[in-house]
Amino acid sequence: MSDTITNILLVGVGGQGILLASEILAETCKLAGFDVKKSEIHGMSQRGGSVVSHVRYGREVFSPTVPEGEGDILFGFELMETYRSLPLLKKGGKVVANNLKISPPSVLTGQEVYPDDLAERIRQSFPDFLLVDGQELASEAGNPKAANTVLLGAVSRQMEIAEEFWLEALAKMVPAKALDVNRRAFMLGRKL
Amino acid sequence: MKKEILSGNEAIARGAYEAGVKVASAYPGTPSTEILETIVQYPDINASWAPNEKVALEVAIGASFGGGRSLAAMKHVGVNVAADPLFTLSYTGVNGGLVLVTADDPEMHSSQNEQDNRHYARFAKVPMLEPSDSQECKEFTRLAFEISEQFDTPVMVRTTTRISHGKSVVALAEPVTGLPAPKLVKNAAKLVMLPGNAKVRHPFVEERSKKLSRYGDTHSINRMELRNSDIGIITSGSSYQYVREVLPEASLLKLGMVWPLAEGLIRQFAAKVTRLFVVEELDPFIEDQVKAMGISVIGKEILPVCGELSPGRVRLAFASIGIATADTGVPRQVDKLPGRPPNMCPGCPHRGVFYSLKQLNAYVTGDIGCYTLGFMPPLNAMDTCVCMGSSISTASGIVRALPEAERQRVVAVIGDSTFLHTGVNSLMEMAYNKSPATVIILDNRITAMTGRQDNPASGWTLMEDPTNAVDLVQLCRAVGIRNVRVVDPLDLEQTRQALKEEMARPEPSVIITNRPCVLLKREGVFVKGEVLAVDVEFCTGCRACLKLGCPAIEWRPGDGRKGNAYIDPLLCTGCDVCRQLCTFEAIKKREG
Ligand code: SF4
Ligand code: SF4
Repeated sequence: MSDTITNILLVGVGGQGILLASEILAETCKLAGFDVKKSEIHGMSQRGGSVVSHVRYGREVFSPTVPEGEGDILFGFELMETYRSLPLLKKGGKVVANNLKISPPSVLTGQEVYPDDLAERIRQSFPDFLLVDGQELASEAGNPKAANTVLLGAVSRQMEIAEEFWLEALAKMVPAKALDVNRRAFMLGRKL
Repeated sequence: MKKEILSGNEAIARGAYEAGVKVASAYPGTPSTEILETIVQYPDINASWAPNEKVALEVAIGASFGGGRSLAAMKHVGVNVAADPLFTLSYTGVNGGLVLVTADDPEMHSSQNEQDNRHYARFAKVPMLEPSDSQECKEFTRLAFEISEQFDTPVMVRTTTRISHGKSVVALAEPVTGLPAPKLVKNAAKLVMLPGNAKVRHPFVEERSKKLSRYGDTHSINRMELRNSDIGIITSGSSYQYVREVLPEASLLKLGMVWPLAEGLIRQFAAKVTRLFVVEELDPFIEDQVKAMGISVIGKEILPVCGELSPGRVRLAFASIGIATADTGVPRQVDKLPGRPPNMCPGCPHRGVFYSLKQLNAYVTGDIGCYTLGFMPPLNAMDTCVCMGSSISTASGIVRALPEAERQRVVAVIGDSTFLHTGVNSLMEMAYNKSPATVIILDNRITAMTGRQDNPASGWTLMEDPTNAVDLVQLCRAVGIRNVRVVDPLDLEQTRQALKEEMARPEPSVIITNRPCVLLKREGVFVKGEVLAVDVEFCTGCRACLKLGCPAIEWRPGDGRKGNAYIDPLLCTGCDVCRQLCTFEAIKKREG
């Protein structure tokens, strides 16, 4: 095992299920034999505010938060939050995001507009940006609510961890009755 | 050995379980809440919510006096509430081991200040341990109980948000066995703190601190990591991780016990390195002590006092004196975006109350909870917020300073849990001194902000047992408020009318709202209404409904023609409040 640490950032809006996704990610890394740390903020920010969760894995991890500008993978659950978090990434980092827009209060009330060219702007700095139709693929898997798992599948492609560990973590963290749909959703994302 | 990924809070709970804790008590507060929520899952621990942190600590004190190991947990500002028993507990010491966990919140992710609670350890003369990751959270909690009993002292364990909510791999162990069974023992000289007895205990406390300092000189909780001897850094808690990350070659003195400081060890370490630094979050707590030892050290000259540290901030500090390079950690800029502040949920029963308060031009003294978000636009209906329970007493004071004509505008807003925390004392004051202000108790049947914990008015305990529930109406009457009324906050006319009448009344009065939090999962408490929709034929684009700030209502600008409001059917809970604002009857039940 080399000494390099892989830094993953999961970003989106409070209430989107980011915590569960980052738990599955961390569990997978642990099962694969890595040291892993994870950090996020609970509380006030969860009432619909911006959320950033950090997951780091490698031989030995110190800081639970990703040093600014050293993110390897940005896992975006919402487009504007993905764009907002680009400065956390290193040059040449990977961006995988759900094609979903959630309007913040000032946009809801018509004071500001939600920029419509964010995907292009992201692609300018990160040309291999992967934009995923999470809801659509999740519906294909059997439940539009499994969009996060589709995204997780897409992110898993960027990490060198064997499929068995992902599936084991899914089985451990996802409620039994939703497991089949989530497995299918994960594999759909992983094939993108 | 079994390994699991645990948060710092979960690991503290595990440590308490492994240490054989009998009783655990807390008042919820970010970032400490999950400690009790995890402890309750272990068999044989009596875990409960207390109405406030002072009571929680006193419950733990009782359990300790009875001979059982006990734990109290709270957020940093909670220790302010619990400070009274803490300072005398330092004198009595313990029977069963007692640990007080303080979860601090540098950067104020979810708090009203970022006080550094290490000062409490020094102030109250009790030892404080500070873990750097989840494994240490568990180990230090176990050790804290041993120290507590060995030195006859309460022990504080201090975490910060990044430790409490950070997750890392923890190796689990078996619980201790063979602890003495709790029993009653009379020992007034130790447990009755009157001047005569306390005078005897104080010298004991002073002596104890000296012994603990020497214990820290040799115990592995403090350790030197000797690498390059040019740079030596004294550090603790999460700062240790950032230093390892940024300066892997530096020699470190990692302090697991941040009070009392291991003076002997610090002197040894200082002698081994050329340049000495302290890297710590918030106040120069260790730094000041090291300087007082006559050792020269650099700390806050290069590091910030405000906010939390991060690898980037530590890097920047050392780059400023040429020790690290700052080529990474310089964020690239992105274009300005609309912000995304938190907001009350769609259908939150508080929303209509704040809307009405704004309409009536009330001056609102606020309190701590989800409803503090009522200060945000478009509602902008909160004018003060200081600490738990302060809304009522602040209102009481304001009306006494104001001229008669202005008094009517003053309304205190407080949640059920916060009211029972310390607000009820304030209400007594208001009734006793006849302050003519109006109080609204937003009773949503739960402690919502911290993630829905039960409280003495909710009818359930932390262990999920049905229990006695405080009758808020009777309680208000009992403290002497003659005008108490209950309103439905989803009925705007009723709410406004009640507010108008009570604000005009030159006497103290209380209005209690009766709708639950929309996120309350307990069967039959919150019932979703019928989802509403905007009929674009009727919507004139007047934007009246947008003034509520409900996240389910969105403005859709019309290209060329007038825009209209739109209700997201997936978010709407059918609270019906927006419909009451629409004068054109454009908001209706959603068809199909
Ligand atoms: S959690 Fe409950 S009380 Fe808090 S904003 Fe949501 S509905 Fe309101
Ligand atoms: S009824 Fe209106 S105010 Fe209530 S949740 Fe639905 S859209 Fe929001």
